[in-house]
Amino acid sequence: MDNAGGPAIFTCMTFDTDILIAGGGLNGLSMALAARQGGFAVTLADPQPATARGDDGFDGRSYALAISSQRALDALGVWKGLDAVQPILGIKVTDGRAGEGPSPLMLVFDHAEIEEGPMGFMVEDRHLRPALLRAAEAAGVEQVEAGVEAFEADGSGVTVHLSDGTSRRARLLVGCDGKASRVASLSGIKRSGWGYGQTALVCAVSHAKPHEGVAHQFFMPPGPLAILPLSGNRSSIVWSEQEQRAAEIQAMDDEAYLGVLRPRFGSFLGDISLSGARFTYPLGLSLADRFIAPRVALVGDAAHVVHPIAGQGLNAGLKDVAALAEVLTDARRRGEDIAGPQVLERYAAWRRFDVAALAAATDAFNRLFSNDNPLLRAARDIGLGIANAVPVLRRGLIREAAGLTGDLPRLMRGRPL
Amino acid sequence: MSHASTIDAAEIDKFQAMAAEWWDPNGKFKPLHMLNPCRLDYITAQIAAEFGRDLNAPRPFDGLRLLDIGCGGGLLSEPMARLGATVVGADAAERNIPVAQVHAREQGLDIDYRHTTAEALAAEGEVFDAVLNMEVVEHVADPLAYLTACHDLLKPGGLMVCSTINRNPKSFAMAIVGAEVVMRWLPRGTHDWNKFITPDELYDLLRRAALDPVDRKGFVFNPLFWSWSLSDRDLSVNYVTTSLRPESRTEP
Repeated sequence: MDNAGGPAIFTCMTFDTDILIAGGGLNGLSMALAARQGGFAVTLADPQPATARGDDGFDGRSYALAISSQRALDALGVWKGLDAVQPILGIKVTDGRAGEGPSPLMLVFDHAEIEEGPMGFMVEDRHLRPALLRAAEAAGVEQVEAGVEAFEADGSGVTVHLSDGTSRRARLLVGCDGKASRVASLSGIKRSGWGYGQTALVCAVSHAKPHEGVAHQFFMPPGPLAILPLSGNRSSIVWSEQEQRAAEIQAMDDEAYLGVLRPRFGSFLGDISLSGARFTYPLGLSLADRFIAPRVALVGDAAHVVHPIAGQGLNAGLKDVAALAEVLTDARRRGEDIAGPQVLERYAAWRRFDVAALAAATDAFNRLFSNDNPLLRAARDIGLGIANAVPVLRRGLIREAAGLTGDLPRLMRGRPL
Repeated sequence: MSHASTIDAAEIDKFQAMAAEWWDPNGKFKPLHMLNPCRLDYITAQIAAEFGRDLNAPRPFDGLRLLDIGCGGGLLSEPMARLGATVVGADAAERNIPVAQVHAREQGLDIDYRHTTAEALAAEGEVFDAVLNMEVVEHVADPLAYLTACHDLLKPGGLMVCSTINRNPKSFAMAIVGAEVVMRWLPRGTHDWNKFITPDELYDLLRRAALDPVDRKGFVFNPLFWSWSLSDRDLSVNYVTTSLRPESRTEP
């Protein structure tokens, strides 16, 4: 490695890799690609075989990518060659009440109001995951089929013990291992958060009429329902219900399930039928108390899980990836110790405020809209009306949703590292 | 040290008391750790431009011999060694040397740390491609004699980066009242405002030392983002210069 100068006083001076990434999901693979672009040797460890993770059977999961996320994926060489991408050309936000139809006031966002083109893109998990895997392979990311069992951090690096019995010496360990992050718990990082007593139900549907690229968000007392356009006459549905009710709905057969969904969905897209599997996710907010530990950084759900109300989970993870890769690459160019405390603190400081603000806003939004109090309802109808009537405010909301505000990392501005 | 030194004995004592804290990013040297990325951005860009190196390449400073004067705990020496330079770190405070050595060894870096001065090294006939002279000149007793020694330490065509603090009411407020008294970033008495040097005075001193100053920039602290950045125009408090030793010496 690049600084193996001097007498080998310590055996730990030889490194197997620069950055060891725990977890080969979307965030882990993106982190691996970004780190490779930054010039680092990268090892990615995941107990699940890559072939299983890259299985392209349609499971109904899809992601609403902000423009900034799309730019990052493009800069990482993943965007071109991605199949069945659906641009989001408009967003309609409606305050609805089951059985009553939408309230007369609604918020309409149109991509023509910002210069950057579409407001975002819908991408299916079955296309994104294999594309990331292919890119990681082509970029020379070493993949190990093992999980992290334990590690010891010291002044110059970290020795990571894997479940296949081998050990790796790295400068930095990045935990992309989800909300039950083992890297975080082994680092003594605690989490705080709460559940909402709600569960998200996720499925994909085919419908008779075209969606014209418009995403719909209905706010209803049991929880929000989002209709997100997929390629062709298909849409991804995310809706939330009280925990117990969601379990009952999930247990139904497809026809009964559609029977519950149809009245909420409305008839504007014509007749609907299920396309692909159905999923549920418990809704909750969970933040790691710290995003870094000695020689360790947390990325994505390992650092923060927010309510998926606005599809911000993967977008926030990609922002972590872009910020961490930028901090590390700049540190390498300056000759700094890439995983020294002063360098990792820059990443933590960059992301901490952003994530806390997102969590608080999403939480407040959900509490406001998941309520049937007539006063609150009137207040939010007026709020939607005002937001709709004031172009500056509306444009601000669109740019925020498109991920174009704040202190964006270079990758998210479409620039190389 | 048998050679005549331009370092005030009282100045050396002040830094010796602070040496053990060098590598704690939240310790006494926090302001230096905060300034360091900005200093390194400037230094690496100047060296890369002068010697035609690509900072994206591994070990871009391979083959360059570099001196870090007033190396302290090695905050600049270590990055330069990681980038491939052959580094001599010199400090007039003896206690800094073992602190820096222990840390470099822990990092797997081979750095030649010496308890010596610029004047002593020049007298020994040592020469370098690049000399880092950061936040030192405001602490020496005779800046012209010191900068002349720095000139002698450069190979013809060699480059020196020199940073210091401007002398004006704002720098008094920021560096003495702000950093030492209010924020307690630095121990009181770290700086003597009367020894601060204006950019024009420094350019004049550099030229009198037969160096050719070619660039100057400000280090500006942004209290909103709590970080430092480089500025073309604002040299009102902290600033940095680059000078070259001409290929053939011309008398000033």
